[in-house]
Amino acid sequence: MPHLVSIDNVDMRYGGAGGTLAVSGLSLKVGKGEFAAVVGPSGCGKSTLMKLVTGLHIPQSGVVVVAGKQVTQPVSIVGMAFQNPTMLPWRTTLDNILLPLEIVDKHRRRLRAHRREYVEKAEHLLETVGLKGFGSKFPWQLSGGMQQRANLCRALIHEPELLMLDEPFGALDAFTREELWCVIRDLHAAQGVTIILVTHDLREATFLADRIFVMSARPGRVLKEHVVPFARPRALDVMYEKGFNDMVQELHGEIASARVAA
Amino acid sequence: MSTVAENTAVSAAPPKPLMARINWVKLAPWLYTIALFVLWELLVIVLQTSPTVLPAPSRVFQAVAQYWSPIWKNSLQTLYTTTLGFAIAVAAGLALGILVGWSKAIYAGLYPLMVGFNAIPKVALVPILVIWYGIGTIPAVLTAFLISFFPIVVNVATGLATIEPETEDVLRALGAKKLDILLKVGIPRSMPYFFGSLKVAITLAFVGSVVSETVASNYGLGNMMSSAQSQFNVPLVFAGLLALAVEGIAMYALMAWIERRMTGWAHRSSMSH
Repeated sequence: MPHLVSIDNVDMRYGGAGGTLAVSGLSLKVGKGEFAAVVGPSGCGKSTLMKLVTGLHIPQSGVVVVAGKQVTQPVSIVGMAFQNPTMLPWRTTLDNILLPLEIVDKHRRRLRAHRREYVEKAEHLLETVGLKGFGSKFPWQLSGGMQQRANLCRALIHEPELLMLDEPFGALDAFTREELWCVIRDLHAAQGVTIILVTHDLREATFLADRIFVMSARPGRVLKEHVVPFARPRALDVMYEKGFNDMVQELHGEIASARVAA
Repeated sequence: MSTVAENTAVSAAPPKPLMARINWVKLAPWLYTIALFVLWELLVIVLQTSPTVLPAPSRVFQAVAQYWSPIWKNSLQTLYTTTLGFAIAVAAGLALGILVGWSKAIYAGLYPLMVGFNAIPKVALVPILVIWYGIGTIPAVLTAFLISFFPIVVNVATGLATIEPETEDVLRALGAKKLDILLKVGIPRSMPYFFGSLKVAITLAFVGSVVSETVASNYGLGNMMSSAQSQFNVPLVFAGLLALAVEGIAMYALMAWIERRMTGWAHRSSMSH
């Protein structure tokens, strides 16, 4: 399997030579079409990892390669979604979802002439996440869970090869979260997009991912790599299986000892 | 003026059918204004103050009728200098605000200068403006401009500086340039701050124009009031103050209306949470 993302022995330090070392000796590889999850104690540099992969930060040493090219600037083949949906309140949900198309070079030139086609695509995405007919609403008229669904649509509208999710479901209630797990699972299955999910929720990671990377406390590096053995498609019931719970418990133990080691 | 005090005590309408049908909140500004004039009138009657010290409102309204023509002419002049100065302040404030919000270095460099400049009482600048432009309309316009542009700059720059970092990351990861982020996020986002600042700025603009007219002009309400004062025509001074208050309220209401029309989303979105 060719690697879409390959991080090799990367150091990233904030704020000059005397600054905080956020990650050190970080190495991980994510294959094309794979669903990877990154878990770890808080402050382990997960957000730094997001920024390194998307090219928002360039590491001081080591190499980040995305889609066969070394990252030296924002890569623009990624979609991002954060815990905070950051919908723009003066735009309708549909216009929010179309926003990336006004930015990405490939699309911004075509947008005006082919608006109909893009709007159809956005409406199709809205339907996929269960928001059919909500495009004309403003984001502040939607609930938190609905905003997060719309946020996923915005992250996917420009057909990114890589989707980076930074705790996208952290602020939602348990039922909405499980619903959205299924949404993201189905999106991954249908679109063949590569996903890197950064999360604190070990059940979320185990349910969704093909591979889980456990990171150490700051300065972050990958302590352990797990392959999640459960067959796809996974139903929510998989979470009640013994193997699932064992895996969650094992991850929990590893993170607990990583915290102590710090 | 008491008309600003709305949404207060009277909003709890008594359950009586007739009283309940009256919209007290809508009526409150007028009732409070009338109450102020009634109290003022009673105070003058009880204390028997001389009209050259504190004229009763009835005496002031009489002066309004008597001197209607000069009051009207000077009101228009003041409104003209104020709105012209304000308009320049809006354009310059918006431009400078965007410039200051654009770059941290420009912000760091200009901010202390602006704070220092804002600390200077603008009345102290009027003599300089008179040396440059002579007395009259131009110093009044410029004083109105100088006094009212600061809140606009600060508000626009604040709106630009408080963009959520996540929003910026999402767009930058897509390859957005700084200008893209400014146009797509920064400027729309700072509009509620901008329109909010107009309400503050327009009232300050009146302060500027009237100060300048009082010190150095042959026209305008400021000049009218200072010459009325030198003739001990105190009712006319109060009539001028009344005209200023009316103009101020009208312009404030206009700015509030524009704010609601342009950035209704900001009010509704904060209410939905």
